Amino acid sequence: MPENSERPEELLRRADELTPKERMAIPRQPMPERPAEERRRDQSEVPLGFDELHAVIEACRCLECKSKPCVQGCPVGVDIPAFIRLIRQGDFEGAIAKIRECNCLPAVTGRVCPQEEQCQLHCTLAKARKDPEQAVSIGRLERFVADWERGRERPTPETKPSPTGKRVAIVGSGPAGLSAAGDLVRMGHEVTVFEAFHKFGGVLVYGIPEFRLPKEIVDDEVGRLVELGVRFEANVVVGQTVTIDELLEEEGFDAVFLGTGAGLPLFLGVPGEELIGVYSANEYLTRANLMRAYEFPKVDTPIVRAGRVAVVGGGNVAMDAARTALRLGAQEVTLVYRRSRTEMPARAEEIHHAEEEGVQFLLLANPVAILGDETGRVRALRCVRMELGEPDASGRRRPVAVPGSEFDLPAELVIVAIGNGPNPLATSTTPDLKTDSRGRIVVDPATGKTSKRGVFAGGDVVLGAATVILAMGEGRKAARAIDRFLATGEW
Amino acid sequence: MNAVRNRRQLADNIVQLEVEAPRIARRRKPGQFVIVRVRDGGERIPLTIADADASVGTITLVVQVVGKTTGLLAELDVGEAIADVAGPLGRPTHIENVGTVAAVAGGIGVAPLFPIAQALKEAGNRVLGVLGARSASLVVWEDRLRSVSDRFIVTTDDGSYGRPGRVTEALSDLLMEEKVGQVVAIGPPIMMKAVAELTRPLGIPTLVSLNPIMVDGTGMCGGCRGLVGGQNRFVCVDGPEFDGHQVDFDNMMARLSAYREYEAVSLQAAAAHRFGEEGCRLAEEARRAREQ
Ligand SMILES: Cc1cc2nc3c(=O)[nH]c(=O)nc-3n(C[C@H](O)[C@H](O)[C@H](O)COP(=O)(O)OP(=O)(O)OC[C@H]3O[C@@H](n4cnc5c(N)ncnc54)[C@H](O)[C@@H]3O)c2cc1C
Ligand SMILES: Cc1cc2nc3c(=O)[nH]c(=O)nc-3n(C[C@H](O)[C@H](O)[C@H](O)COP(=O)(O)OP(=O)(O)OC[C@H]3O[C@@H](n4cnc5c(N)ncnc54)[C@H](O)[C@@H]3O)c2cc1C
Ligand code: SF4
Ligand code: SF4
Ligand code: FES
Repeated sequence: MPENSERPEELLRRADELTPKERMAIPRQPMPERPAEERRRDQSEVPLGFDELHAVIEACRCLECKSKPCVQGCPVGVDIPAFIRLIRQGDFEGAIAKIRECNCLPAVTGRVCPQEEQCQLHCTLAKARKDPEQAVSIGRLERFVADWERGRERPTPETKPSPTGKRVAIVGSGPAGLSAAGDLVRMGHEVTVFEAFHKFGGVLVYGIPEFRLPKEIVDDEVGRLVELGVRFEANVVVGQTVTIDELLEEEGFDAVFLGTGAGLPLFLGVPGEELIGVYSANEYLTRANLMRAYEFPKVDTPIVRAGRVAVVGGGNVAMDAARTALRLGAQEVTLVYRRSRTEMPARAEEIHHAEEEGVQFLLLANPVAILGDETGRVRALRCVRMELGEPDASGRRRPVAVPGSEFDLPAELVIVAIGNGPNPLATSTTPDLKTDSRGRIVVDPATGKTSKRGVFAGGDVVLGAATVILAMGEGRKAARAIDRFLATGEW
Repeated sequence: MNAVRNRRQLADNIVQLEVEAPRIARRRKPGQFVIVRVRDGGERIPLTIADADASVGTITLVVQVVGKTTGLLAELDVGEAIADVAGPLGRPTHIENVGTVAAVAGGIGVAPLFPIAQALKEAGNRVLGVLGARSASLVVWEDRLRSVSDRFIVTTDDGSYGRPGRVTEALSDLLMEEKVGQVVAIGPPIMMKAVAELTRPLGIPTLVSLNPIMVDGTGMCGGCRGLVGGQNRFVCVDGPEFDGHQVDFDNMMARLSAYREYEAVSLQAAAAHRFGEEGCRLAEEARRAREQ
């Protein structure tokens, strides 16, 4: 402990009496991680999580600011100083209960929230020390108590509310759908979740890899909802198996929430995308995660394994694809991104982890074609160098191609991770559901009400590809509005 | 879980399964398919809904054993269950009365073709059925296709049954004799390609049903994409039926071979696990696949 020479035990004994100055002097507690060499070839989780001692010391750093600036940065408004204080006092049960008041997937958000842009961005400690890295590790503390809770016997089920006799259909089991389901069932409504896939969790199970979010955690949260009385039906593709109109008119649902996500993969539109060995990140990650192709041939779904892999994109999805490729045995993984490093939308921690594990970044380069061999398989990605020009609408400097700068990057596998649009299956069969030019469902932002009576929507299908916590926030907001609608019948 | 209610061996490596799936049975239309996963750890594969009985809530699947998953399906007994069945997926066939339609099936392409031919017949078309197979033992659902056809021809490549030769030859003759407004052809890609090449110079609209490798079947992965009219189309949501004159069959056939070496490994593993290295058909199939 460089900045505070006090021994940890000593510090803890005085935890309640520390002055703000003393709190500020405590260095940020490191979170143990598995070394890059060890983890880059397996699927186990990378950060190991705080132990109790480190968690409590980290909690001691919080200044318990009256104005709670960190809470402003949290899309669901978790009472951060309150739960951190409970950790400091050793009341982990109280801490997790406090978080669960606003956040029903703490073990998930503690791992995947972009905290450095949300809660931690506003932390007074970071501002006082003029270093964003010195913010209180809110996410890691959240993860700590959530994991602590999972390791214990589940507490006696919550008391069941009196049934309202109203029925709600939730379409899609991603974070938006799960959080809406959780709130609605606690309000006494009968809730059924319909999911197109055979497994529940949305992107949490098909997209985000095991080494970042163990699937066990998602299964656990689904199990919790089942205990509360939520019904789950897999393999129901709403719009095909049953339409929204049929749910409302024939199956007796009083309201429908659409949390169908942004699952439509965008392709580059360059020649050669039809070659063997070109995947959308969705397909690559779905094969790897949902279908567990990394265990092939123990499981039946194969995935192309290649020595040299090129991943196009610079977001979380691209990082996940690149790191998955390493774990599937690739020798060289190159991430091709058309802007510079500062514009990369991925979480800082993921970029850092990818780099540590050996993913190479080819910045300011853009694919113009994919080249194949005579058997129709990929052999290289043809790219052009880019320069940053004037800022565009998003405020980021727009990349422009440098004429005559084409070059070929050898690769046997190309993974396209340049974004996703809303999945149109449910909306295309419901003509009276309004969508915008990009296919997103148009809703009243305060309630999630769509243009169709009784139908609400939220999450990525409304926001475009966003984040887990925003999707959850949307699910909860819609749940409140649905409850009101069911009570009053007013639209 | 979707229980198998009925099972019939149609040929050496072709089985017909009636599977419980009440929601799907109620809604399905000709041209649509399901994605099945036989068991935990299994692959998701697409299979056409060949028929359905909404009153008892079952759908009919006709499965040709070509690898691990189809092999597992074929071994299911009545009372056993398929872990997951999702659908109906894909767009239904556009059915209209064009006068006379030639409905051409290659092998078990007759399973997806039959409900379409039936619907075309119901819409008032004169239906010319052509059913081709490599050999007599592989001719299935002859009665069904015949029952909805005004004229019917069966062909075998080796001449062991019906008219000797390929379906294209029989079709070519029919097109000379009758004024055909539309051709619907479903079978192996090579056969659909040949049909499309035959009808292209004659300017007869030709519908084919593509069978690329799929994962989700809901437009989420793009793995099923094929080149149609020079554009990448997602077969599971934009198809599976397309204008045969626009389809790049060579690309589609290449893409179907994407996992050949993996499929061989998968079969080998399954065979070795169950029967030892030698002596079962799965092992033979694996050897054949490796050699290809
Ligand atoms: C690879 C990857 C990594 C990511 N990493 C992060 C991260 O680190 N941090 C972060 O905050 N966010 C991350 N995100 C984004 C985040 O996962 C999403 O914003 C979030 O999951 C959106 O939640 P949702 O509930 O709206 O939709 P989804 O999670 O997409 O769930 C939608 C569900 O609806 C189902 N569905 C769709 N159509 C139908 C239908 N017609 N009938 C029935 N079911 C249907 C789908 O199968 C799916 O299960 C990542 C996304 C991806 C793809
Ligand atoms: C819309 C559609 C409808 C279909 N309907 C039927 C049907 O009614 N009856 C039937 O027997 N088959 C049908 N198929 C083909 C069937 O899906 C494949 O035969 C099956 O997936 C092979 O799996 P496997 O594990 O047994 O063989 P594998 O060992 O995986 O593959 C053997 C060969 O089958 C092909 N294949 C592999 N995976 C797929 C896949 N996911 N989709 C398509 N082809 C694949 C490849 O060419 C491969 O070389 C249909 C395919 C599509 C796309
Ligand atoms: S939910 Fe996310 S943003 Fe909110 S406190 Fe937790 S980690 Fe921070
Ligand atoms: S801003 Fe930082 S120091 Fe202040 S209460 Fe929030 S977490 Fe604690
Ligand atoms: S099978 Fe995934 S998009 Fe068609």
